[in-house]
Amino acid sequence: MDLNTLWFVLITVLFVGFFFFEGFDFGVGILLPFLGKDDKSRRVIINTIGPHWDGNEVWLLTAGGAIFAAFPHWYATMFSGFYIALFLLVASLVVRAVAFEYRSKSEDPRWRNLWDWCIFVGSFVSALLWGVALANLIRGVPIDGTMTYTGTFFTLLNPYALVGGLATLSMFTLHGAIFLTLKTTDDILETSRATARKLWLPTTIILLLFVAYSYVETDMFVALGINPGSIPIIAMLAILSVGTLLKAKKEGWAFVMTGITIAFSTIIVFSGLFPRVMVSTTNPEWSLTIYNASSSQYTLGIMSIVAAIFVPLVLLYQGWSYWVFKKRISKNSELEY
Amino acid sequence: MDVLALARWQFAIVTVYHWLFVPLTLGLGLAIALMETQYVRSGDVKYKTMVKFWGKLFLVNFAIGVATGLFQEFQFGMNWSEYSRFVGDIFGAPLAIEALLAFFMESTFLGIWIFGWDKVSKKVHLLSIWMVVIGSNLSAFWILVANSFMQHPVGYELANGRAEMVDFLALPTNSYLWNQYPHVFFDGVATAAFFIIAISIYQLKKNKNQEVFKTSLKFGVAFGLVGTLFVGLVGHSQAQMIIEQQPMKMAAAEALWETENPASMSLFTIGDEEKMEDVFAIKIPAALSFLAYNKFEGEIKGIKDIQKEYEKTYGPGNYVPPVAVSYWSFRIMAGIGTAMLGILLLAWWVAFKNNFEIPPLVYKILFFSIGMPYLANSAGWIFTEVGRQPWTVFGVYRIENSVSIATTAGEVWFSMIGFTLIYAALVFPTVYLWKKFANAGTDGLEIHESIKSEN
Repeated sequence: MDLNTLWFVLITVLFVGFFFFEGFDFGVGILLPFLGKDDKSRRVIINTIGPHWDGNEVWLLTAGGAIFAAFPHWYATMFSGFYIALFLLVASLVVRAVAFEYRSKSEDPRWRNLWDWCIFVGSFVSALLWGVALANLIRGVPIDGTMTYTGTFFTLLNPYALVGGLATLSMFTLHGAIFLTLKTTDDILETSRATARKLWLPTTIILLLFVAYSYVETDMFVALGINPGSIPIIAMLAILSVGTLLKAKKEGWAFVMTGITIAFSTIIVFSGLFPRVMVSTTNPEWSLTIYNASSSQYTLGIMSIVAAIFVPLVLLYQGWSYWVFKKRISKNSELEY
Repeated sequence: MDVLALARWQFAIVTVYHWLFVPLTLGLGLAIALMETQYVRSGDVKYKTMVKFWGKLFLVNFAIGVATGLFQEFQFGMNWSEYSRFVGDIFGAPLAIEALLAFFMESTFLGIWIFGWDKVSKKVHLLSIWMVVIGSNLSAFWILVANSFMQHPVGYELANGRAEMVDFLALPTNSYLWNQYPHVFFDGVATAAFFIIAISIYQLKKNKNQEVFKTSLKFGVAFGLVGTLFVGLVGHSQAQMIIEQQPMKMAAAEALWETENPASMSLFTIGDEEKMEDVFAIKIPAALSFLAYNKFEGEIKGIKDIQKEYEKTYGPGNYVPPVAVSYWSFRIMAGIGTAMLGILLLAWWVAFKNNFEIPPLVYKILFFSIGMPYLANSAGWIFTEVGRQPWTVFGVYRIENSVSIATTAGEVWFSMIGFTLIYAALVFPTVYLWKKFANAGTDGLEIHESIKSEN
């Protein structure tokens, strides 16, 4: 494997980490107004991700930094091209971040209500936009011979991308609901269980619709062929099994399965792109690839050493932090948020 | 306005706003880590009360600092895509390293620190806040590695139409960085000190929890003296280096139109930027030469001569940064920094008095000086960035080549108005919470010996 491929794989890994961890964060934020009937329940729900949401978000910041360092043209074309979409994403993440920290610092119900809305909207918009962005990445966007995006914001809002948005939105919400069944007790646990069961079927249908649509709209079919290989099949079986597992109250396994669906779907999207990083619909020759968009071999080499040392270290202490806060949270727990 | 002008305004707005919060995070984090160290060593709950009280204010600041930092990483690609293409090979690396080394560490251990009071041992809890301090300093360090490359590019060669990295270690050992980072570090210490002093005397005046706030005040004075003295000393050596590395920036800071030997230092100048001459000026003879070379002689190049030199090196063009902005921002920074030392002496006197009977004027001065570091911090960065113009990477890449091609003026307007509104709206809850917590003092803080002590 050359360094360009290695960095493409590493960026895929960072997005897998981001969607897996921040995925349930988004889900918890989206479910907050529906599952939290009173202030105490809402606090319990927010505290399940309290110590983690910020660290989870860093997966995105690291992926962004890695794209900049390893594939500067990808970073430049995508960020300047998807301008308004990125503005909406960052704005959502900003209000959401402040909301988590400020929400329970004042007792005024209007204050708390306002921040709850910020958490909901911020999580909802982000979860939706990720699907829109991914769908446009594999479908391709208009890019000219100078690696410049020539579409507008509305180019990105095609029906296929919107189905993609619904797919990530519903998937993250389901993932979040199952996460809550693992982290709460009593009545919140029961409502989370019921919600997860209700969400499973519509989520699965939207995902299958997105898969079918992808075969029409993208060149995934050419990339994957009649026999798509084990990864898409496992992803499919994983999401199908979630329904049964939820019925059997095996939420731990259900969480593993939504995790596999998210991780493997991300891998499918990125392997569909490979070796391109941005697909040009104007002219396939003008697509950005891991070779024409990359940094020099020297830079990729240096960054590989840095990643080899620090990625395992990060996984180690993030894992430790989840272990420290492994206990379920109830209304009797000491709530910081 | 065209895309370039809009993108510059947006950079200025979001960066100055972000930087309002970062120095306090750097300095107050360190202060809290020192207080908690004292608590763990002595077991005195007074220090735990201090940690809890200042911790609440710290977390409000930290949250908004992190939130406003998000766009910082995205805007290079959004507004400055051509810059990103040109420097990505060498400039992207420190940003990625910042995220991987610093952001993960800061956020994960802050989570442990906030939520882990009764879940981890005292020592692990203490370790967590130190990891947050190390993380936020690593973050400052690596983003300054990136900025130092823009001020004083090193470790690169021009190849394939862009700046490519040829020596990674040249980046973290950049001479510019080793003045810039300590300057920022001690400026964080000074900012936190003035924050602690103002809120402590406010509480002392209300006659609340004398012991905690008297100790905090003393701590603030000591912290402030270290911070302010060193920020000045480092600033001095930094100015000497800028005269060498970016002579135009320093000439603009002094409104020095003509080359002088010995060079005089301007105390107050009203100049005409168009004609490049003074309208009215008060100057101290030979003082600038002294500051630059530690002796009362030595040539300092003026704006006109440097312009001629640059035209020879870089081709025709205007290489003079906005002189008035450079001149005044430099003076605001240095002037406030000097005044802060005087205020600290006043605070010293108050801190070591036996009672808290101080004239109302002294109280007002000490309380409102909380805003001084903020003005100096903003002015300092405005000077650093404006003084580098018209370059984004000094001597290598110009601002008008840096801006995005795909982006339209309408889009930049949209995001600029959007962020300005969001950031402006966030001022209210932030100030509200600070007032609330500063007012409440130590009331309502649940202080008990950690349940899970030594294990």
